[in-house]
Amino acid sequence: MGTHSIKLTINGKHYVEEVESRILLSDFIRENCGLTGTHVGCEHGVCGACTVIVNGTAVRSCLMFAVQTDGEEIQTVEGLSQDGELTPLQQNFKECHGLQCGFCTPGILMSAQDYLAKNPEPSTQELKEMLSGHLCRCTGYDGILKAIQKTVDENKQLALTEGS
Amino acid sequence: MKPPKFEYYRPNTVDTALSLLEESGFDGKIIAGGQSLVPIMNMRLASPECLIDINQLHELDFIEADDDKVKIGTLTRQSRIEISDLIKNNIGLLHEAVPFIGHVQTRNRGTFGGSLVHADPTAEIPLALMASGGTVHIASADETREVQIEDFFVTYLTTDVMPTELLTEVHIPIWKGRVGFAFDEISRRHGDFAIVASACQLTLDDHNKISNVRLVLGGVEAVPLLVEGANEIMIGEELSDSLLNKVADIVTGVVDPESDLHASADYRRHLAAVYTKRILQTAYNRARR
Ligand code: FES
Ligand code: FES
Repeated sequence: MGTHSIKLTINGKHYVEEVESRILLSDFIRENCGLTGTHVGCEHGVCGACTVIVNGTAVRSCLMFAVQTDGEEIQTVEGLSQDGELTPLQQNFKECHGLQCGFCTPGILMSAQDYLAKNPEPSTQELKEMLSGHLCRCTGYDGILKAIQKTVDENKQLALTEGS
Repeated sequence: MKPPKFEYYRPNTVDTALSLLEESGFDGKIIAGGQSLVPIMNMRLASPECLIDINQLHELDFIEADDDKVKIGTLTRQSRIEISDLIKNNIGLLHEAVPFIGHVQTRNRGTFGGSLVHADPTAEIPLALMASGGTVHIASADETREVQIEDFFVTYLTTDVMPTELLTEVHIPIWKGRVGFAFDEISRRHGDFAIVASACQLTLDDHNKISNVRLVLGGVEAVPLLVEGANEIMIGEELSDSLLNKVADIVTGVVDPESDLHASADYRRHLAAVYTKRILQTAYNRARR
């Protein structure tokens, strides 16, 4: 049961690492790469805290093995802000009280990031369904929903002004 | 909550995957999306010696259609099925069922074939497939074979696929004429395993009489249950309250659910009848439109 050598990109940075096959992607990101923004709650796909973007799609990193991501491209919460500037989505989480303890936040940000890129004008119901894949024990989801909704509205506004 | 050690292979072609399966025999296990397998490995309820990862077999990731059937490759992600117009226009039942599976984030990774071979008796894809009919294509190093969906599910979490075999694709017939379908399920929270799930597809003749119907229930038996007795008595009839009651009585009589933490057997039996009536009515109304 040897180790495997894997090469992958996380937030634009290349990593070459030796891993045992049983190492979960979530543990790899946190322990081998030191990117502890990705949180681990349940380790069986239920809480959503570990959600990251693999090859452009939001998935649970606790339900993948690191060896499976050889050659792939990953984005974690650390890869969202550029030059210390929060993304509009992150800014809105701050403004709308979209987080309290912040444990669930990285996962939700990554899900929302991917979801809004693919569904620019979701209904509130659709947003709620997307959020059903994440457990938040603090906020009651209201602030989270507002933050995402605000981002959707701003994006729409932006598209309008750019279009005109 | 960490999985035990295992050997890992990542073949690039179906042939390599099949010979790896052949070599590893009972010790080998295929991993596709891993949305069911990895949790049970993390909990150490499963500890395969060897995992054969089929995520590089892009030739098994497709949705195609001809005049009378849709073909879906085993590696096709559930989220791709969810947004596919080809599925929506030809197999509306599957389109309606997929959003009930887990969550957006697990559907992004979970595969069509994975859900079938995992064979949870409440799972949505097995139910939808049983209600539309179809054939499952299975390959091993020495042969390929086809199995009718009715013969595919053996018992709880067990299918006709042998340890050295790989489910490669599924062919689903496109129903023609005045078709109606419906899918619905009940769970405590969205995304949880369903307590009871139900699917049906039917066709009507010119006089609004049912000419073909397949009613399927999940969570009431070890496998998705095609309620044949009920299907037979509906043929040639219009859907009336009295027919619905008769069908519900048959359902209550044939289902044999188990009690668990989530629901008692009696409650499941009751739900099976309620959902039967509900989805038959919806499917019938849709076909009449
Ligand atoms: S830690 Fe991955 S879903 Fe909970
Ligand atoms: S902010 Fe504490 S769990 Fe969501």
